[in-house]
Formats: sequence, structure tokens, C-alpha cells
Amino acid sequence: MILYIKLAWRNVWRSKKRTWITASSIAFSVFFACLMQSSQLGSYDNMIDNSARFFTGHLGIHQVDFWEDQIIDNSFDQQALFELDLTNPSILMGVPRLSSFALASHGDRTKGAALFGVSLEEEAAFSYLERKLIKGDYNTERGVLMAAGLAANLNLNVGDTLVLMGQGYHGVNAAGKYSVTGILKFPIPALNQGAIYLPLETLQEFLSAPNMISSYSILLEDSQDTEGMKAHIETILKGKELGVMTWQEMLPDLVSSIELDYYGGWVILIILYVVIGFGIFGTFLMMIKERTYELGILNAIGMTKRRVQIMVAIEIFLLIFLGVLLGVLMATPIILYFWSNPILLSGDAALAMEKFGYEPIIPFALNFKIFYNQGISIFIIALFLAIYPMLAIKQMKIIKALKE
Amino acid sequence: MKVIELKNLSKIYNPDTIPVRAINDVTLSVEEGEFTAIVGPSGCGKTTLLNMIGGLDISSEGSVDIGGVSINEMSESELTTFRLQHIGFVFQAYNLIPVLTAKENIEFIMVLQNRDAKTMQERSDDLLDRMGIKDQRDRRPSELSGGQQQRVAVARALASRPKFVLADEPTANLDSGSTEALLDTMAKLNKEEKITFIFSTHDQRVIDRAKRIIKLVDGEIVSDEPR
Repeated sequence: MILYIKLAWRNVWRSKKRTWITASSIAFSVFFACLMQSSQLGSYDNMIDNSARFFTGHLGIHQVDFWEDQIIDNSFDQQALFELDLTNPSILMGVPRLSSFALASHGDRTKGAALFGVSLEEEAAFSYLERKLIKGDYNTERGVLMAAGLAANLNLNVGDTLVLMGQGYHGVNAAGKYSVTGILKFPIPALNQGAIYLPLETLQEFLSAPNMISSYSILLEDSQDTEGMKAHIETILKGKELGVMTWQEMLPDLVSSIELDYYGGWVILIILYVVIGFGIFGTFLMMIKERTYELGILNAIGMTKRRVQIMVAIEIFLLIFLGVLLGVLMATPIILYFWSNPILLSGDAALAMEKFGYEPIIPFALNFKIFYNQGISIFIIALFLAIYPMLAIKQMKIIKALKE
Repeated sequence: MKVIELKNLSKIYNPDTIPVRAINDVTLSVEEGEFTAIVGPSGCGKTTLLNMIGGLDISSEGSVDIGGVSINEMSESELTTFRLQHIGFVFQAYNLIPVLTAKENIEFIMVLQNRDAKTMQERSDDLLDRMGIKDQRDRRPSELSGGQQQRVAVARALASRPKFVLADEPTANLDSGSTEALLDTMAKLNKEEKITFIFSTHDQRVIDRAKRIIKLVDGEIVSDEPR
């Protein structure tokens, strides 16, 4: 076997130029495919992370009817959670949240707003809310933190007074005046245009819903490990009027858009693979056509066709391996760099992204699966294309080969 | 002892359209230790006959026995293994494996025969020595002269300890000096070790050295004379 490998390795380097051209074309396709998939998966991770941290959590515990009818009357007493043991190594943390809608007024301007009652201290760790502060103070007992877009629409600034009007628990009127203590800027346009954050107790008081929360949002170690943890929490919640949902269930539109984009990405990758496939096939074709005589000689002196096939298969493997390895080596430092320094979009590109509700950045994912997937894909393509040289060797006629 | 026996051997191309008899009803036998030249004009069927003796081509009629074993009914794979174990080949264009050194080319056949490393080492060293190219052992074919390459090719043919060596125009690409040196080596191997050589050739220098000359014309043996 060592001689076969030695022979194959030396044969690969017999035509250095051709080997480099083939290996380079494979390497570049692996490089681009890795980069593309890394940015795709990075964007998905970012979207899931943003949505989970700001809205739903990876898992959300609600009153059983809440998700169907998201009104304040379907909130639940947070006391119920204290009786539960939700500690688990897969759970990073959980935060209580109360959400509702109200009219927000300042001067002669009124806008609809989403109210979030949160524990500011816990939320700073859960959704990094404190990092979104661009003006004023984060810690407030009676004031509100307003999204920059909404504040601009209402012509509000830190220190101004905001009037909130809405409907409270069980239909009571809810109205109040609050001082704006801070302005927040969110990466998610929907939040930026309509969110108001209040301390949990303040919102509970505004809605006349003491101790009530709409959800308990849970952040997991792995955003994809939702089903197992859901089942685990369901057993804990058994017999209570509470239910647990995964982010996939709560954000079906996000799941669909990720799936659509993912498959769209694969279409582009397939086109890339087809192009590279022709390149690889051309090399295989040359490898056989140029060497028919030589392969015939090997067969003539006693090397069975099966052994000739093994030798050529090792050559093909080495060539593809070289290309894939080069591609991965080229892609790794670039992905590493962009993983820690996402591309921040600006100008029209940023506006276009925000218009579609996305954060205007291109984050990259660092995941072994990306390199593995691309490497395996190229190997499968090469394996499929290698059928040709294998068949050509099988059907080779010695006398004809010796006349080539 | 007969190493080769051909009975009524024929090779017919295009049997269904315009049949061409490249070899026509050839019957001959070769004894162990012969130094035989098959001669004749171009296109007379020398290479075709050699190919059929070597199991590279299939006869249309007749039979080929090698060491008492009929190779006519063997499958392609069986024939390849049979060639590996029993027949040595020397080609006009040397046909060494370009990416292997002289020594590796010789050992390659023994690797195919699954010989152990020690046997391969001893055999290749011995052959390189006898061919007078021991100092060239680590050179690749492109670094050797034509004569040296053909010596490696002969050594490779002998490495498997074949029943006989088939050499198709082995001196066609060699200069006079290399031809004489190669013929000296082969004659010595034939004389001292009783290795059977069968050549196809036009080369008068080879014909002059042969102990038996079989003349082919239009695929038929017209003369078969010892010298």
C-alpha cells in the first residue's frame, strides 16, 4: 500500500501546473463556499440571538392561553415560578418579563408603543440592554428607557415626561406620567421604532397587575437544543396552568425566512459546485486520456485493473484532499477575523437591511461543521466524478491502450 | 521442457466484415533456455504473435499453452495475474514508471507479487548488479540513458522470475553501443541462467545473436531455423 501511495503522490506532482490549477480551483470553491456559509450561519445565529434575547428567549414559559391571545389578562403570577426548580446545566439564565401595548404621548404627538416590564439588572445580562443605552441613565426606579426611533418620533429627550395610556389587567384603565431617563438604540428596527422599557414593578403598577408577568424567557447554552429542554421543562410544569414554547414555535416567520435563505444559499453553492465539478472532471479526463498507454503498460506487466483503479483513486483522493485542505486553510483566518470583527454595513446597504428588519451587520459563524460540510460536499462530487476514470480503466483494452 | 506451445494459432480482425488474418495457423513450440528471434517485415504479425503469447491479445483460433497451462479460457483478471507470475515483458519504448527510481521500478513487480521486503531488496540489488546499473539505482527513468532504461526494463522483466521474457523490438531505440551491451547482458543471462528470451525484431544485430530464427511473412511462419 505504501508503494501505491508513493506512486500516487508522485503521479500527482508529475504535472505540477495541472495539479496546482486543479487544486486551486477546488481550494477557491471551498474557500468561497466556507465564507458564504459562515456569513449565512452567522447571520442566522445573530437573528436568533437577537430575537431570543429581546423577545422570546430560546424557551418561553407562559400562561397556557397567552400565545394564542397575547393580552395582559393572560399573564400569570410570578410566584408560581419560585416554586419550580428550573436549574439545569443547559439553561444559562431566565428573566421575567411583562409586556403590553399602550399609547405614548408627548406634546401633541402620540404613537403606539410596546411596553416591556423587565428586571433591569437581570436584563442587562440577558439581552445586554444596558449596552444599548446611548443617552441618560440605565438604572431607574420610576422612569422609562425609550427606543431612540420612538423618542425621535415623539420629540422626546432625556428628562422629558412621557404620558402612557392603555388598558390594564382585567380591563382597568391604565394611565401614567413617566420621566424619560435613558435612550436606547436597538439593532432590530422594530424595537427601535416602538419599544419602551420600564422596571417590572413600574409596569405592573401601571397595568394594575401586581406580581404578574407575561413570560419567563430562558436562554439556553445551545440555541438548537430546544426540544429536549422543552420536554424537560414540560415535566416540571405538569399540573400547572403554564406552558413552554421554543423559539422556533414562537418565531415561525424567522424559521421560514432562515430556511428559505439557507436553501437559497445552497442553490448558489450547487452552481459553484457544478462549475468546479466540470473543472475536476476535465482533470480526470486528462488524467485518463494522457495516461491510457501508461495504464495499459501497468496492466500488461501484471497490475490488475482493480489495482490500477486503486492507484488512480488514491491520486484522485490526494488531489481533492490537497484542494480542500488549501481551501480550508485559506478560509480559516478570514472567517476567524470576521467572526470577531463582523462587517458593519453603512449607508444605503445599512438602510436596506434595516428596511427588511435586519441588523445592518454581516456576522460570521465559526463552526467546524462549515468546513466539514464543504469538504464532504467536494469529496462527494469528486467521488461521483471518479466513476468515469474507474469505468474507463475497467473497460480499457490492453492492446488498444498500448497503441495509444 | 516446453515453455510455450502454440497450436494452429490465428488472429482474424474484422471477422464479420472484411476478415484480415494477421496470424494464420501458426504452430510452434519454444523450449526452456531458447534465445529466439521472430523476424519479418513490418506488418507481418510479429507484435500480434508476441501479444498472443504474452496473453495481451486473444487468439481467434487455436491455442496457447504456457508451461503446460492453456491461457485461452482465462478471464482478463486471471490472465493479468498469470502474466505477473510467469511472463516478463520488455518493450521498445522501455515503458518504465516515470515517477519511480530504477530500483523501485524493479521492485514494483515484486510488490504486485506480494513478496516480502527482504526478498525484494536482495532481488533488486542482484539484478541491478548483473545489469551493470547498480550506481543508477536511485535515478528516475528521465535521468537515465536509453540503454540504461532498457537494462532496468530487462531487470524488471526478470524480477518476477518469469518462465520467459518477451521482448518487442527491444533495441529499436538504442544506439549501437547500448544495443551491444544489452545483447551481451541478455545473452549472458540466457547462457548462465537458462532464461528464455523471445524477441520480435528487425535489428540484424539481434538476429545475429539469436540461436533460433522464426521468419514470419503475412502472418505465417515461412521458416524456423536454429543457428
